[in-house]
Amino acid sequence: MSLLEVEDLTVTFAQKGERPFTAVDKVSFTVEPGQTVGLVGESGCGKSVTSLAIMGLLPKRGNRVSGSVRFAGTELLSLSDRQLRDRRGSDLAMVFQDPLTSLNPVVTIGVQVAEVLERHEGLKRKAALAKAAELLDQVGIPDPHRRVGEYPHQLSGGMRQRALIAIALACQPKLLIADEPTTALDVTIQAQILALLRQLVAGTDTALIMITHDLGVVAGLCDEVNVLYAGRVVERGERHELFAAPRHPYTNGLLASIPRLDAPRGERLHPITGSVGDNIPWSGGCAFAPRCSNEIGVCTETAPELIDTEGRLLRCHNPVALVKGEA
Amino acid sequence: MVVVLFVLSILLFAWLRSLPGGPVSALLGDRATPAARAELTRTLGLDRPVFLQYFDFLGRAVRGDFGQSTAVQPGSSAMQILVQRFPATLELSVVAIILAILFGIPLGYIAARRRGGIWDNLSIGGSLLGVAVPVFFLAFLLKYLFAVKAGILPSAGRQDAIDATRITGFFILDGILTQEWDAAWNALEHLILPAVALATIPFAVIFRITRAAVLDVQQEDFVRTAESKGLRIPIIRRRHILRNAMLPVVTTIGIQIGQLLAGAVLTERVFAYPGVGDALATAFQRKDYPLLQLLIIAAALVYVVVNLIVDLSYAYIDPRIRNR
Repeated sequence: MSLLEVEDLTVTFAQKGERPFTAVDKVSFTVEPGQTVGLVGESGCGKSVTSLAIMGLLPKRGNRVSGSVRFAGTELLSLSDRQLRDRRGSDLAMVFQDPLTSLNPVVTIGVQVAEVLERHEGLKRKAALAKAAELLDQVGIPDPHRRVGEYPHQLSGGMRQRALIAIALACQPKLLIADEPTTALDVTIQAQILALLRQLVAGTDTALIMITHDLGVVAGLCDEVNVLYAGRVVERGERHELFAAPRHPYTNGLLASIPRLDAPRGERLHPITGSVGDNIPWSGGCAFAPRCSNEIGVCTETAPELIDTEGRLLRCHNPVALVKGEA
Repeated sequence: MVVVLFVLSILLFAWLRSLPGGPVSALLGDRATPAARAELTRTLGLDRPVFLQYFDFLGRAVRGDFGQSTAVQPGSSAMQILVQRFPATLELSVVAIILAILFGIPLGYIAARRRGGIWDNLSIGGSLLGVAVPVFFLAFLLKYLFAVKAGILPSAGRQDAIDATRITGFFILDGILTQEWDAAWNALEHLILPAVALATIPFAVIFRITRAAVLDVQQEDFVRTAESKGLRIPIIRRRHILRNAMLPVVTTIGIQIGQLLAGAVLTERVFAYPGVGDALATAFQRKDYPLLQLLIIAAALVYVVVNLIVDLSYAYIDPRIRNR
């Protein structure tokens, strides 16, 4: 049994007087214990909404969630608020994007770590604070005994993100979701945080869902990669295979758009032109078609299905040709 | 702080003396003989140049002597009147601000939790009315309804003429300390209507700020983090939402306390409540310069001290300021 089975997860936002908007459209994927899975895509592709839906953290009003999210055999979408609260922080945990705004400014770091332990492990405040200092030490925060009494504004950005990771891992969750955990940080700190995440989940049973728009992050961390576009999975594959031979023009474009230091001087960057449109995607053909370099007639007529070819899932009418000598 | 009070004393002195009329006309009326007027002017020292009068005043004021009251209670020193009346106003203000906080914060919180509901809209409308209706109108309305029509509460004064022991000058506290329960209860009855009238504006402001702050904080990322930890709802509300939402509310309460005196003048007037506000109004009518000077400087002092306390308390509850 997989640890997490997401099946046909659909999230539709409906505001009064506005056209309903489907942010996540029948997304399915599975996560095995100890595995690291990447959800990749640009802003607005539905990757964050997917993670919030799994955690049950979407706003209570204004959206409709359907499909199925099974966690270790339990259907999370049908759990009551109380049952979900028992799971969150202990079985499932999450690290957020902006470490400054994600920590409470008027509560000490120590208490913010300790309250998870008090809630799920039944520790008393004193024991919880002692354990909190231990956890801060584990995530590489120097002088943890002093830090437990400090407030978020007294820590640097990287330290805050480490503290958030300590909070998320406090109760040794089976699944950790990291939602762009390095986006708000300096490049050098990014590398440290990624190394820390890898070190903390490697060799443990904790599975990691890494949400990012940065393929560099995926390359260093993930076993399996799901590429999302406009709320749907457009390509999925094992990391090495996907990077070596991207089949979907969007994946290909993402890879090609990474600036290379070894490219000849004067060579232009290769952006994917345009941006995710706000028209109803996937209704009249492939949502990526307007930006696609491989577009053929059928693309604007019918939406492609997700098809499994030799372990690679692909949603495309006219995939990128395989490079000679491979596959 | 000293500078503020010093500058204020100059402005105050110049302003009072530039007002039309004056203590002489106020005391003697329009039909006094010129000789009598000149006599009184000399007695009060008003014939000397204004700047000399000021230095005279300043010299005595720094030693705590603000002169004799000329009109409100002739024969008493201005300081005696202040000391005698200050507890009454303090009692009224404290009860009023406690009422405002006690109702404003919980109701504001509830309104924010049920945003857009009937309760929310009703209380927003109510608080708008609270800010918009002038204090004196509301005071008269309350007096008419509860004291005159229904007759369940007294309409004026601080306490009926009953034999009560005085210790602190705070009548309710005195009653409790001496265990004269009927005296305490009687004083409380007298306090209810003025306190409610005085509390309306601070209540309405505190309510609105609380509601807005809670709505704001609810959307913060750290509340989502708290949710992601699976914390119990009461802890999320208390530790993560309320503790942050209280920051602007504390500032607001401070500002409202500072402005209470303005409302106290009107409220005390309507309910003939013998406090500083009532004395201030009377002193103005009768141009009682020494008393006015003392009362206004005292009010400024209270305002400055309250603001200082608010700043300090803000540093206490917000660690970002504390550690700077």
